[in-house]
Amino acid sequence: MSKKKIGEVILDVHNISLRFGGVKALSDISFDVREHEIRAIIGPNGAGKSSMLNCINGVYKPQEGSITFRGQTFKHMNSRQVAELGVARTFQNLALFKGMSVIDNLMTGRNLRIKSNLLLQALRWGPAEREESEHREKVERIIDFLEIQAYRKTAVGQLPYGLQKRVDLGRALAMEPQVLLLDEPMAGMNVEEKQDMCRFVLDVNDEFGTTIVLIEHDMSVVMDISDRVVVLDYGKKIGDGSPGEVRANPDVISAYLGTSH
Amino acid sequence: MGFFIEVVIAGLMNGVLYALVALGFVLIFKASGVFNFAQGAMVLFAALAMARFAEWLPEWLGFESLLLANILAFAIAAFLMFLFAWAVERLVLRHLVNQEGVVLLMATLGITFFIDGFGQTIFGSDIYAINLGLPTEPTFILEGMFPGGLLINTDDLITALMAMAMVALLTLFFQKTGTGRALRAVADDHQAAQSVGIPLGRMWIIVWFMAGLTALVAGMIWGEKMGVQFALTFVALKALPVIILGGLTSVPGAIVAGLIIGVSEQLAEVYIGPLVGGGIQIWFAYVLAMVVLLFRPQGLFGEKIIDRV
Repeated sequence: MSKKKIGEVILDVHNISLRFGGVKALSDISFDVREHEIRAIIGPNGAGKSSMLNCINGVYKPQEGSITFRGQTFKHMNSRQVAELGVARTFQNLALFKGMSVIDNLMTGRNLRIKSNLLLQALRWGPAEREESEHREKVERIIDFLEIQAYRKTAVGQLPYGLQKRVDLGRALAMEPQVLLLDEPMAGMNVEEKQDMCRFVLDVNDEFGTTIVLIEHDMSVVMDISDRVVVLDYGKKIGDGSPGEVRANPDVISAYLGTSH
Repeated sequence: MGFFIEVVIAGLMNGVLYALVALGFVLIFKASGVFNFAQGAMVLFAALAMARFAEWLPEWLGFESLLLANILAFAIAAFLMFLFAWAVERLVLRHLVNQEGVVLLMATLGITFFIDGFGQTIFGSDIYAINLGLPTEPTFILEGMFPGGLLINTDDLITALMAMAMVALLTLFFQKTGTGRALRAVADDHQAAQSVGIPLGRMWIIVWFMAGLTALVAGMIWGEKMGVQFALTFVALKALPVIILGGLTSVPGAIVAGLIIGVSEQLAEVYIGPLVGGGIQIWFAYVLAMVVLLFRPQGLFGEKIIDRV
């Protein structure tokens, strides 16, 4: 872990507040993410972790604050723009294209990079054919990486849960993102599946140098794999620092375990 | 035997057209989860545009060629269907993102009334002819095999081929292109599609335009057979049993079910009709659909609906 080179700040979230009517989902949240690091966002149920991710991803538009990505500052993002900037995500409650094969699911991740025009694609003509096979090669590499070779033609809806989670990760990887947002990648998994997923997350970070922002419920997992941790509770930031620092933080302990008054 | 085959062939030719109209429904339902009530009205609108421009253009521009007039009129009608798709996305769908299916259904009802009225206001509400200049004389084939051969209408055959070409093009588009793949993705999950950078708005325009094109081809062919008139919107009703039989989400389902319904209603009319005094063709398809609903609510090819409790 220590040999990894952590770079400059790539994503800077500044004073974000998000309200749904009268409900304050996030108030005044700031944190930064450095290049090549694994940054975790943790917190109890309803702390605002997913809301935070959805702000970065452009699904929610925060009322206040700004997000700076590689020096460009945005009031709020929109999904398309975020994808073009090189931010990919996975979903807490699987959002895969169930009727499509594993390969096709991953190929949708290449969507933004397909350049040849529709007619050529339909006819499988010269350059379009070549382009398609280039994308296909990239996708095959990811399939190898995630060890799902045996299922490449299977409709995703028929795969077991743990494998579907992998396909979800694969689709995000197919976008060759600079920043990968993972929304509870280990939720609902058994110990073995969790270990596999941890290994993949670490490998992605290691081999591709992808910056990872990870939301997780499971404290032990987070403490093992992340470089720095943000702790949210009731929409407020109550802790930020290395896993060791966060673990020792009294506010964090009381949020997770409760305190005696 | 020869007569039986003639009946089947006639049924298949009708069936191809049913399949075409049904495809319009399936395309839009797959990509946006909207049951598009306006499909029938779109058939009428497109056919009206085609018929009227084919009549007006030679007058305005002073040429005689029927073929040229038809090609230009088709192009203009296709362009109008594109504008229509664009307007539907801009003015209606965009504002109803994440609304209940029922709300969207009502919106398409509104669109139906609008383009019914709008089309007839610009293009007139008489019966207009579409003349594709196809040979109308019947031909006999396979005379060596059956006594007297099989009687086939040449224009039926040509229009059926056109419809088949359209179906083949759509299948190619959906299965082989990146945009087709993006459309299938949108159909499965909106949020996930957005996360990989697929623009929902543009996809909806494309899919409504596709549905508009199938409406145009269907309208052109029916118009050529029975004239362009308000009754064309009822042709779309025939697509309902087809969709129920084939499944609302299945492109191959729409095609196969269209053919099944075309053939079976024709056979029923000819062979059972005389026993009950005829007129079976009008309701047979609906009864067939009802039976399918009883045993396979998702249709022959639709996705089985499984909800996690």
